[in-house]
Amino acid sequence: MPIRRALLAVLATAVGLVLLLSFKPHDVSQAAQPPAALAQKQSGTTPAQGSTPAQGTTPAQGTTVTGDPADTRWGPVQVAITVSGGKIADVQVLQAPDGNRRDIEINDAALPILTQEALSAQSAQIDTVSGATYTSEGYTRSLQSAIDRAGL
Amino acid sequence: MTIRHVEHVMGTVFSFDVRHEASERITSAIEEAVAWLHHVDALFSTYRPGSPISRLGRGEIVPESCPPEIVRVLARCAQVERDTGGYFTLMPGGRLDPSALVKGWAIEHASALLAAAGARRHSVNGGGDVRLGSSPEPGRPWRVGIADPLRPGTLAAVVSGTGLAVATSGTAERGHHIVDPHTGAPATALASLTLVGYDLTTVDAYATAAFAMGSAAREWVEEQDELEAFAVTSSGAVWRTSGFHRYAQL
Repeated sequence: MPIRRALLAVLATAVGLVLLLSFKPHDVSQAAQPPAALAQKQSGTTPAQGSTPAQGTTPAQGTTVTGDPADTRWGPVQVAITVSGGKIADVQVLQAPDGNRRDIEINDAALPILTQEALSAQSAQIDTVSGATYTSEGYTRSLQSAIDRAGL
Repeated sequence: MTIRHVEHVMGTVFSFDVRHEASERITSAIEEAVAWLHHVDALFSTYRPGSPISRLGRGEIVPESCPPEIVRVLARCAQVERDTGGYFTLMPGGRLDPSALVKGWAIEHASALLAAAGARRHSVNGGGDVRLGSSPEPGRPWRVGIADPLRPGTLAAVVSGTGLAVATSGTAERGHHIVDPHTGAPATALASLTLVGYDLTTVDAYATAAFAMGSAAREWVEEQDELEAFAVTSSGAVWRTSGFHRYAQL
C-alpha cells in the first residue's frame, strides 16, 4: 500500500509537471530534451544519463494496464501504465482533452519526459516538487485506477 | 514507515508524506488535516457562488458576519498587502479573492495538525507549495525539486532542509495569471520565482507578490528577514538571493 501511494504521488507530480509545462506550445517543442538539470543538481559526478537508469535497463515489454477514463473540465482523460518487474516502466496518455488546444497542449513529445521525470524523481530521491501546480485531477484519478488494477 | 495521502481539493492536488508508523492517532490527524482542507475550500472557494467569500465579494454579507477564519485571512491579506507595497492584492482583477494566501495558510495549519499529533516528520505539498516538517529520516533533510518553468520535466534547482516553507509562483501554473496590480498588465519578466522561508502563509502570498514585482523582487527579498529567492527569468537566466545557497543542494 505505501509503495502504491508513493508511486501515485510521484507519477501524479510527473504528470502534473508535464501537463502544466506543456501549456505553451513552444514549451512542448522543447520536451525532447533530457532532464539534464536534474542530474546536474543532484550530483556533480553523475552524468545526465546516469540519473535515469530505467531508460536503459527497463525492457520495453511488460503488462499494460489501462486506467478508467476520468472527466475533467476540459474533457475525458485516460492513461495506461506499463508494468514490468513490479514497477511502472511507462505511462501513456490514451485520451487527453483536445477541445481547447489553446489551454492544454499534450503531444507525443511530452510522454517520454513524463516517464523519465517519474523515474528520475524516484532515483534522485527528490521527495516532492515545488512549482508543479497541478489542477487536472482527472490524470490522477485515471492513474490511480490503473495502479489499483495492476495491483502495485 | 511512510504514509502517503493524496487529496483533490481547492482545485488542485494536495499530498501528505508522513514518515511515521501508521497509528490511530496519526491516521486521524491526517483525516483531520484533509477535512480541514475541505472546510477551507467551502469557505474560500471563489468558484462556489454560495461560499462565504463569494457572498462577501458580492456584498451580500459583511465581514463581521463571516466565519472567524475569513476575518483572520482578510487581516493577514491586509498585512501582506502592506508588506509588499501593494504587489499582493486582496482584489486581483477587481474581485475579492484571497486565494494567493489561502492555500499556504491552509497547508500551514494542516502541517501543524500533523505535528500536534506527534507526526513531525512530514511534508505537505499543495499544488506545488510545500511545508516541510522534521527530517524524513535521521541524518537526511527533505529534498524539494524546483520545477524548471522553461524546460518541461526538468528541475531548475533542489532545495534541501527541514521545517521550511517553499512556494513557487510562475506562468506555468495557469498561464499568465499573475497581474501586476499597479499596472493591470500580466507580469512577464519572470518565468518562475521560488521563495524559501519558514511560514508558508506569508511565503506563498509573498511569492505571488514578488513574481508581480519582476526583477525588482530580488532586492525586495534581500530586505526581508528569513526569506530567500530563486528565480528563472523569461529569457532563461537564473538568479538567487544572497542566502539562497544555504538551502540549495549542489
